[in-house]
Amino acid sequence: MNERKSRFTSLSGLDIESCYGPDHLKGWNAEQDLGQPGTFPYTRGCYPGMYRSRLWTMRQFAGFGSADDTNRRFKYLLDHGQTGLSVAFDLPTLMGLDSDDPMARGEVGYCGVAISSLTDMERLFDGIPLDHVTTSMTINGPAAVLFAMYLAVAEKRGIPFDRLGGTIQNDILKEYIAQKEWLFPPEPHLALIVDTIAYCAAHVPKWHPISISGYHIREAGSTAIQELAFTLYDGLTYVEAAVKSGLDVDTFAPQLSFFFNVHNDFFEEIAKFRAARRLWAREMERRYHPKNPRSLQLRCHAQTAGCSLTAQQPLNNVVRTTLQALAAVLGGTQSLHTNSMDETLALPTEEAVKLALRTQQIIAGESETINSVDPLGGSYFVESLTNRLEEGALELFRKLDGFGGMVRAIEHGFPQREILDASQRYQREIERQERSIVGVTEHREEEHRSIPILKIGPEVEQEQVARLSDLRKSRDPFKMAGSLEELQEMASCHQNLMPSLIEAVKAKATLGEICAALKEVYGTYREPVVL
Amino acid sequence: MTVAATPLRILIGKVGLDGHDRGVKLVARALRDAGVEIIYTGLHQSPEQIVTTAIQEDVQAIGLSIHSGAHNSLFPRVLGLLREQGAGDIVLFGGGIIPDEDVPRLKAAGVQMLFRPATPMHDIVEFVNGLRTER
Repeated sequence: MNERKSRFTSLSGLDIESCYGPDHLKGWNAEQDLGQPGTFPYTRGCYPGMYRSRLWTMRQFAGFGSADDTNRRFKYLLDHGQTGLSVAFDLPTLMGLDSDDPMARGEVGYCGVAISSLTDMERLFDGIPLDHVTTSMTINGPAAVLFAMYLAVAEKRGIPFDRLGGTIQNDILKEYIAQKEWLFPPEPHLALIVDTIAYCAAHVPKWHPISISGYHIREAGSTAIQELAFTLYDGLTYVEAAVKSGLDVDTFAPQLSFFFNVHNDFFEEIAKFRAARRLWAREMERRYHPKNPRSLQLRCHAQTAGCSLTAQQPLNNVVRTTLQALAAVLGGTQSLHTNSMDETLALPTEEAVKLALRTQQIIAGESETINSVDPLGGSYFVESLTNRLEEGALELFRKLDGFGGMVRAIEHGFPQREILDASQRYQREIERQERSIVGVTEHREEEHRSIPILKIGPEVEQEQVARLSDLRKSRDPFKMAGSLEELQEMASCHQNLMPSLIEAVKAKATLGEICAALKEVYGTYREPVVL
Repeated sequence: MTVAATPLRILIGKVGLDGHDRGVKLVARALRDAGVEIIYTGLHQSPEQIVTTAIQEDVQAIGLSIHSGAHNSLFPRVLGLLREQGAGDIVLFGGGIIPDEDVPRLKAAGVQMLFRPATPMHDIVEFVNGLRTER
């Protein structure tokens, strides 16, 4: 046969043959490996009817400038048919620093919204009914503090905690692995995460206390198999920590959620979602024998791959995003963020965000791809890929076991090095033109056209700094200091910190002050340098 | 193969709070493979820390990666500190998510070169090798 290339590979480097048939599925058993939608091992989806019963939640990640700027963007998105909110915080907030911290200079409001105090959080959700929308917050190191602020806003408005729905990302392991925004060493961070899990199980039952994330691992350059393996292994690490703390697995496992990337390789990505559900169900069953089937189900959010977008010919990004979004839908995601075409340049403009949301609405409303559950189930190729991804992930599980678990593996730099090596392999493939990027490696154009981009002015930082100064003058300093002492006391004797955190934010202690108080107890973290 | 006569020491680092280190590590690896001595600072460095390390390590150039949008604040602060501390001869270059319209201003301020997304690695290596002859 005359072929264009000597070797065809998936984006993750798996060899792909010319055609798939029954020989590729030897040992595969439709009953055990596929099952029905909504039944073990959930390969075909968590729910029997999937999108016939309920569409995925269209959830565009948004946040920039001040709380008021972002509040306006939230209302714009809700007005255009978005069904859930998703907050992007700026880097100082993600690092647990106030907007007036010296390290925050020049960064306030840039990559997301600046939130330093309960007052900021109140302005962020002004006029938004917290008992009717669900809110996802991408926050990790200081997740418990921002969650305490959200709860305090609800309390002030008289909304009972059991009517609040949403998610905090709260996944610190992938911060050490890929995203690199941490506050404390791994052990106290894990304990704080278990606190939020336990608190939600008892008081905020509809909340997802953690979103175990592969997104950032993939953006850092991993393969699909590494994304799958490291994310699920992180998930099992959290479950183990929570069970060890004395929680019954069925009190919290149904509220765990996951977050995956959707990259360019259409079928590999679909297979990744299917393999993730099956692998999670099997591992949870094998390790913990939960009684509630919901404890076995991997529910997830997906976001199209930011790292696949190009600054060249930015309109092409709309097409990339459409294909990725379709893969997430065919993979059976529960919610989805579609990137905007201008996101390699800056935060997205309103027009670009609307087009990204419309992309999802067109898939849902016009493509008729959602009428049958898991439409690719039984495809020789997709089932074979699903098997290979699951096997590849299990192989990495064994290596991680060999280190004595994820925390030790991170300290040895193992996942970091695996990802960096994969990222370098991909970079070389691009440079050798073994992979195409339209507009970059081929079909290049001389471009002088630029698209409008969103600008954040220096006034955002100046106003934030002024607001913080007012807050510090107007609060009761004794009550504030007392709340921080109480918090440190609780942290020292390993009590659940959520109640003291809620008291501290209500006493107008700022994010930076709370995190600094906790660092005094817990210490800080220096990463092993992997190069 | 021609071996460059002057050894070259370069500080490669992340300044500010952003943790996107995929690109900077690939650049560091490529330069190392090209025979450049690399001092890698790791993440979350303040402009003060960058400049102190650069002077202590006696580097010829500093390459900084910024993906957070804070380039208009961070690059000028590094340049200012270098001049203040009598190290204005250290070349500053950088890369990351930097919109077109910000480039002329940063270059005018003294950033020698800015590498934008999808720059071939070869271009960066060539630029850094060019610094050997400039000295």
